[in-house]
Amino acid sequence: MTRTRADAAPQGEVAPSSVRSPVPGTRRAHPDTVATVVATRTSGDRRRRVVLGALCLAVVVLLGVTLMVGHTFYSPSEVLGVILGQDVGGASFTVGRLRLPRAGMALVTGLAFGMGGVTFQTMLRNPLASPDIIGISSGASAAAMVAIVVLGLSGPSLSLFAILAGLGVALAVYLLAYRGGVAGTRLILVGIGIAAMLDSVISYLLDKAPDWDLQEAMRWLTGSLNGASWDQVLPVLVALLLLGPVLLGQAKNLDMLQLGDQAAGALGVRVERTRLVAICAAVVLIAFATAAAGPIAFVAFLSGPIAARLVGPGRSLLVPAALVGALLVLAGDLAGQWLFGTRFPVGVVTGAAGAPYLIYLIARTNRTGGAL
Amino acid sequence: MSPAVTTPTAGSASEAGLAAVRRPRSIRVLWLVLLVAVLAAILLLSIAFGSRVVSVQDVIAGLSGSVDGFDHAAVAKRIPRTILAALAGGALALSGTVTQGVTRNPIADPGILGVNMGASLAVVVGIAYFGIASATAYIWVAIVGGCVTAAGVYLVASIGREGATPLKLALAGAASAAALASFISAVVLPRNDIADGVRSWQIGGVGGASYASIREVLPFLVAGLLICLVCARGLNMLALGDELAAGLGQRVVLTRAVASFGAVVLCAAATAVCGPIAFVGLVVPHVCRLLVGPDHRWLMPFAAVTGAALLTAADVLGRVVARPDEIQVGIITALLGAPFFIAIVRRAKVREL
Repeated sequence: MTRTRADAAPQGEVAPSSVRSPVPGTRRAHPDTVATVVATRTSGDRRRRVVLGALCLAVVVLLGVTLMVGHTFYSPSEVLGVILGQDVGGASFTVGRLRLPRAGMALVTGLAFGMGGVTFQTMLRNPLASPDIIGISSGASAAAMVAIVVLGLSGPSLSLFAILAGLGVALAVYLLAYRGGVAGTRLILVGIGIAAMLDSVISYLLDKAPDWDLQEAMRWLTGSLNGASWDQVLPVLVALLLLGPVLLGQAKNLDMLQLGDQAAGALGVRVERTRLVAICAAVVLIAFATAAAGPIAFVAFLSGPIAARLVGPGRSLLVPAALVGALLVLAGDLAGQWLFGTRFPVGVVTGAAGAPYLIYLIARTNRTGGAL
Repeated sequence: MSPAVTTPTAGSASEAGLAAVRRPRSIRVLWLVLLVAVLAAILLLSIAFGSRVVSVQDVIAGLSGSVDGFDHAAVAKRIPRTILAALAGGALALSGTVTQGVTRNPIADPGILGVNMGASLAVVVGIAYFGIASATAYIWVAIVGGCVTAAGVYLVASIGREGATPLKLALAGAASAAALASFISAVVLPRNDIADGVRSWQIGGVGGASYASIREVLPFLVAGLLICLVCARGLNMLALGDELAAGLGQRVVLTRAVASFGAVVLCAAATAVCGPIAFVGLVVPHVCRLLVGPDHRWLMPFAAVTGAALLTAADVLGRVVARPDEIQVGIITALLGAPFFIAIVRRAKVREL
């Protein structure tokens, strides 16, 4: 009973003559209720704007730090000069040729992993269903290794191979988990199994390529930005520019999918089409990023939940998660390069730092249910 | 239900149900004999096949100690690795059986729970920072690492109301394994001098077997085996549920702790000599349960024999497929075991998180 009254309340506010309020005094409460709702919404919007602004700022700052710090420190003005195309003695090579591609790679792969990861998490309504846990990153990585070690591919054909493998793995996981409907739990467990298999393929190929040094090999195990070049950055950037808007266009539909397929359908979402578009776009993003930098551990998984904590409930997480992803990769790379005695690839840092958070999340989700 | 339910005596129905689960003793013995025969055949195959195939006469000559000529030498070289594969396979399978019994969870496996990785990390840290170099020290360190990881993973998975569900265990294990792998890389990367020796801790294999390492690990395997066998009855009771087991006079917590310790000792000792080998502990108990039913007193010996046969066969396969090179057995078991894992997941009625 109380529920009906509460539901009727806003309606009564709009058309007081048509609905007779069952309880005297309810009408007087309306302005307060509406004010509260409006205030909550506005503060939520403000929070989102503040968080987005802060994230953008943090990304820019970290990019700047990445460009300035190194064996030789260059001042912001020197770095700016290089970016603007001036010839700055010494800095032109170090910053322009070495640090700029590396920073660019960190930025685009982080954005791609963050956005792709949160798409999966939103769509499957489970934070644990991220591409790096259900085997899609492993698939793209294994394919990239096969392409390099066995087939001798490089460049666009390498990316294409990784993408096809990523899509194939996504399809395989979905089909294997399908038994009169896909239960999220089954999908995740099937994905873990597939990931284990693909990881052993990666291990085998690593073992067969002994003339690689360990650092290079680490790229395909955990992800690394070493030796980044514009040739590698460009495809990821193009993928982001093409598919980012596609995913953003589906943002509303994706959010509605969280209500459940039937409810989303009733609200006018074309469920299967949305899902297909989102899966394809996300897998392609992940595969491009993986082909460039390897499966940077846990970035796709962590970005969504962190963004959700920052932004608050009820708003699309695509952009904040992408920014968080970029932030994670940039920070992880900086830490891996300069924080310890030796240089670690970014994936080792994000893997070691991210796993405790994953365990914390598992412990938390146990209590709260499957929410992001 | 079966038509037996409609018969007047309800007793006959439950007996029929029992008979369906409990295989007659003679059939069990027959299966055991058959499995031992299969194991023996695979052991012989393992000695005969490799990058060089030797004849039966050479195998016999090599087994009796002759080292004249290439073929005899090859046989002599293959004997320790065959023994190690059989021992490790048996240990891992037994460990998996006990883990599944203790957690009452169909997808529990020391590899999936990250215990192997924990043991590996402990050994790698020991080599890199504490300069340990003897096989016995490896094993002790591996056991400590395995115990800590097992306890940690189980603790994380059992937080929350429903306790350790299959999904939570698998996720906590996968997460821990990923984190531990990262830590292993972090320890190994700056140390190029030990990188080669340490690589074997990232991929499991039996290629580096020697009589010395077998002699070192054997006491631990025997101890683990005995601990597990002692717990067999207790595990049968645990299968009824904690309350019922306690009501039948079983000390639930003690049984769990002792059995888990036995399982970790077996798995860590195997990992200490072979590196991380996954999925043997997952696949074998399921196959054996189909053959002999759920009684742990029968299940354990069956699992040990089947596991030995499986790992040895996987090793032979790895040697034959990529001749003259070889694929480490840890990779073969993952490729064979993961589809099996998926099949179990598809069959099981997994609950939503």
